[in-house]
Amino acid sequence: MIDKFVATPAQALADLRDGATVMIGGFGNAGMPAELIDALIAQGARELTIVNNNAGNVDTGLAALLKAKRVRKILCSFPRQVDSWHFDALYRAGELELELVPQGTLAERIRAAGAGIGAFYTPTAFGTRLAEGKETRRIGDRDYVLEYPIHADYALIKADRADRWGNLVYRKSARNFGPIMAAAAKCTVVQVRETVELGALDPEAVVTPGIFVKRVVKVVPAQRKAA
Amino acid sequence: MKKLDRKQMAARVARDIPEGAYVNLGIGLPTLVADYLPKGREIILHSENGILGIGPKPPAGEEDEDLINAGKEPVTLLTGGCYFHHADSFAMIRGRHLDFAILGAFQVSTAGDLANWHTGAADAIPAVGGAMDLAVGAKKVLVMMEHLTKKGESKIVERCTYPLTGARCVDRIYTDLAVIDVKPDGLHVVETVEGLSFEELQRLTGVPLKRMLTAA
Repeated sequence: MIDKFVATPAQALADLRDGATVMIGGFGNAGMPAELIDALIAQGARELTIVNNNAGNVDTGLAALLKAKRVRKILCSFPRQVDSWHFDALYRAGELELELVPQGTLAERIRAAGAGIGAFYTPTAFGTRLAEGKETRRIGDRDYVLEYPIHADYALIKADRADRWGNLVYRKSARNFGPIMAAAAKCTVVQVRETVELGALDPEAVVTPGIFVKRVVKVVPAQRKAA
Repeated sequence: MKKLDRKQMAARVARDIPEGAYVNLGIGLPTLVADYLPKGREIILHSENGILGIGPKPPAGEEDEDLINAGKEPVTLLTGGCYFHHADSFAMIRGRHLDFAILGAFQVSTAGDLANWHTGAADAIPAVGGAMDLAVGAKKVLVMMEHLTKKGESKIVERCTYPLTGARCVDRIYTDLAVIDVKPDGLHVVETVEGLSFEELQRLTGVPLKRMLTAA
């Protein structure tokens, strides 16, 4: 019997090693797998490479992981925000490597990894400093930049509901990076609000098929400490 | 002359968005355009984080942390709106499906180069978001910005001194002084605010402008 349900976030991340590349879903707080990030901090893995759209806000979640100095490098599109002070301090101190990627290129590099694409040409960033040193090509009447996939060892994402095969549905704009990160990582760990019986999810409405998912943890939303 | 304030600029841009358009509004000044879209026109707003059909701000107390726009502000969804993942969202942008992207800018060049993501300061922490995708992807890129910097220098320039977001991508510039089309043969002034002559606009702008030939 296939059963991807795992009892706790700690169990779901027990085999995550130092130096791993970890995708973390979410756009701001929407879709951020807060309890999985807490478990990653408690788990203690170091020298991580993190892939996320942002670089943490205020003092919890990804910001807390940065503050704990577990991250060597971050790939993201929009690190600088009014409340990204942990990132800002580490970056300015030279303790954190940043690879800044335009948001659509970030999404497509993640998608390409999950889809087995070796590389792709995108018009985004051509002629800008974010394309410096990259291979370019003129195709038809447009100029393109060659970009490579981003693979990950783990993806930590948040969905709304899952069955024991790992089929997922999301909630509103919290879907954001979840489906593409799920496909791009060797081990995708999902926190969900609710687990359901097989057959309870409408097959026409499943967003992420279970083949992309390894582990599912039901998380009862804790009253998170006010930042 | 009667300079437009931010709300008047938003209203001016909104007037030009036609029925049925799919539109992405950048963070900041462009977001104001949503408040002035003509009633009775069905216009569908797109958000990079995976929404088509953004509705108005929710009433206080009814915010949903799973329903935010690209500026991470709470929004609502119109009846008929939908959600999708990030790669699909940027396929809409990059794949030329959006009719308009309305973006803020630090500078626009006479060739239509756009600079809006980085001041170029050596110690600045860079952040780009979806700006570069919108600049190359939307069918029409409309820029909204003040015409002059706080020091009185023209933000329309021969060559951008700030790092580029996209090359030759801007179609039209809306400022607090004028509406200007970017065309292969240069900048065409579509209109100026009340009390501002073409000659005075030309003096303030510093790069060559053309008078738009009006039909009739």
